[in-house]
Amino acid sequence: MTETQADVEAVAPAASGPPPVPAIELDGVVKEYLAHGEVVQAVKGVTLTIAEGEFFSLLGPSGCGKTTTMRMIAGFEDPSRGTVRLHGQDVTDVPPNKRDVNMVFQSYALFPHMNVWENVAFGLRRKKVPDAEIKRRVGEMLEIVDLGGREKRRPREMSGGQQQRVALARALVNRPRALLLDEPLGALDLKLRQAMQIELKRIQREVGITFVYVTHDQSEALTMSDRIAVMNDGLVEQLASPREIYERPATAFVAGFIGTSNLISGTVDRVEDGCAVLRLGDDGRVLTEEGAHRAGDTIAVTVRPEKVMISTDEPAAGLSAVRGTVAEVVYLGLYNSYAVRLPGGTEVTVFQQNALDSTSTAERGDAVWLSWRPQHSYVIGS
Amino acid sequence: MSTATTSAPVTAPSAGAPAPARPRRRLLDRLLKVYVWLILAWLFLPIAVMIIFGFNDTKSKSNVTWQGFTFKWWGMLDQDPKLIEAVVNSLEIAVLATVITTVIGTLMGLAMGRYRFRGLGTVNLVLFAAIASPELVMGSSLLSLFVSAGVQPGFVTVVIAHVLFSLSFVAITVRARVVGLDPSIEEAARDLGASTWVTFWRVTFPMILPGVISGALLAFALSIDDFVITQFTSGALQTFPLWIWGATRIGVPPQVNILGTLIFAVGVVIAVVNMVTARRRT
Ligand SMILES: Nc1ncnc2c1ncn2[C@@H]1O[C@H](COP(=O)(O)OP(=O)(O)OP(=O)(O)O)[C@@H](O)[C@H]1O
Ligand SMILES: [Mg+2]
Repeated sequence: MTETQADVEAVAPAASGPPPVPAIELDGVVKEYLAHGEVVQAVKGVTLTIAEGEFFSLLGPSGCGKTTTMRMIAGFEDPSRGTVRLHGQDVTDVPPNKRDVNMVFQSYALFPHMNVWENVAFGLRRKKVPDAEIKRRVGEMLEIVDLGGREKRRPREMSGGQQQRVALARALVNRPRALLLDEPLGALDLKLRQAMQIELKRIQREVGITFVYVTHDQSEALTMSDRIAVMNDGLVEQLASPREIYERPATAFVAGFIGTSNLISGTVDRVEDGCAVLRLGDDGRVLTEEGAHRAGDTIAVTVRPEKVMISTDEPAAGLSAVRGTVAEVVYLGLYNSYAVRLPGGTEVTVFQQNALDSTSTAERGDAVWLSWRPQHSYVIGS
Repeated sequence: MSTATTSAPVTAPSAGAPAPARPRRRLLDRLLKVYVWLILAWLFLPIAVMIIFGFNDTKSKSNVTWQGFTFKWWGMLDQDPKLIEAVVNSLEIAVLATVITTVIGTLMGLAMGRYRFRGLGTVNLVLFAAIASPELVMGSSLLSLFVSAGVQPGFVTVVIAHVLFSLSFVAITVRARVVGLDPSIEEAARDLGASTWVTFWRVTFPMILPGVISGALLAFALSIDDFVITQFTSGALQTFPLWIWGATRIGVPPQVNILGTLIFAVGVVIAVVNMVTARRRT
């Protein structure tokens, strides 16, 4: 008990001090592998800062370098270039057993020849913590992950979710400065996954430790994280809060990877009050809130399906407005999903909530107008 | 759909006559049981004969016809000092060779299972060649090697030879175990603060232990009864198999049966212990 308080006090001044020391910093980190005589860049230069106590996610498609990035933080891979700092200290050349971070492996990596208690006590034993304290801390941790009374079980005698919690307890009982989790819920079924997401979030709040969470599941990242780094092909495409990533995707990749998104490209027709206006077809227009482009530029704009309104009347002047034909209507309970084909051939997805008085239900083949507010058009960097 | 069409022809004949299908299955089961027992008998009959003839009250030098039951040979085990010496030699060689082989073979198995290195293919080839090559070839080539190197054949050369031919078996059983390991388990140990040394003894070694034990047992079994290679490399040294070979020229005394019985019993005990602990481990 006294030590828990001591730990909290030790962390608190650092967090409230003038320039808070970030828990983890990656500075221009590159990882190259030599595969079949060819140099493969798994990570092509990642720079990011993770704050103390943050729930930080690395999100991206398979093979984008998430695991490699995390393994460089843990110390299992040496960066080819760049530096890794933990709490301000350069640990680039420090072996994993000397780094004050712990990892939860995707395969759990429990020690099969030890029972649950021995698994969880392993890290404390290595640190030569007195037996009485090991006993107390392991017991407490097993209570937190709801595994009290199963100390004597072997890993193979437990379900996937229970093994997952043993792996979590084994890492957390060491009170690391940061916990690294590599797709820790990947092997669980949907229901258990959702339960564990809530559980993980609760535990993180309880212990107040920095979590770095690797996932390729966007909804998982959006619901759990304080901030997300969206990775693609060895690079961070965007680093922001879940809301920002969803609402204001920085690149076409992010827009396409997170949720459903419409990508509309066109030529800048004119710049009005410092805002670019695209022309689409004969009478279509897309209003934006950005003016860093000149007339004649070809740019792309994303807009989320739920921001688009569908109507038969021509929209008001202050809105983006394009004509199209309904190609598909899918009833999804809470909302309808429309696929609307624009004259150019682009298809735009529109979600419309099924309100009580939904009057304007378009049918397949109907000619409709799509409209949305200027602030919902995001100009994408090329 | 597809499963229905494929399973139809299989079930069709029995579906027409469901009654006789069962007796036939029972007959097959019974035949299979008989077959298994025949194989077991074939394997164990010689051993049973060996054990039984250890209790034979034989009067002649050759112990081949049953002449009545007796325990007297058990009391006369230590009558022939040459026999005792040969058995002691065999045991010393086997224990020493097993220890050396297990250490070197385990390290080889770890390296081969874990790392891709230049020459790995060659090492593999040599290991299998060592298993596949006739003992005659190995024995004679070792002899010529020792002779040309000016080494006096004896205890040391036999141990070296035994280590050589059993090394492959240990290396291969350990490698099989290492290949099946999830590398992240060892990484987890490192992550939790264990040095490479501690990781090996606390995590890697317990996980490959079943492979190490089976390798060691194989090495011991191969060494204790090896004849051909030992014959080539032993010089004047007598081992148990060499002594029996010499004795058969004048007739095998029942003490040989008794020693065979004892060795067999020890083997059975080790096998049972290994089986029980392996079941508890995995
Ligand atoms: N040891 C290695 N040797 C060669 N290439 C490697 C090695 N490890 C990873 N790579 C390559 O680096 C790239 C990134 O791999 P990484 O495991 O980091 O991806 P990931 O984002 O974790 O993917 P996933 O979601 O599938 O786990 C991949 O293209 C992979 O093939
Ligand atoms: Mg991965």
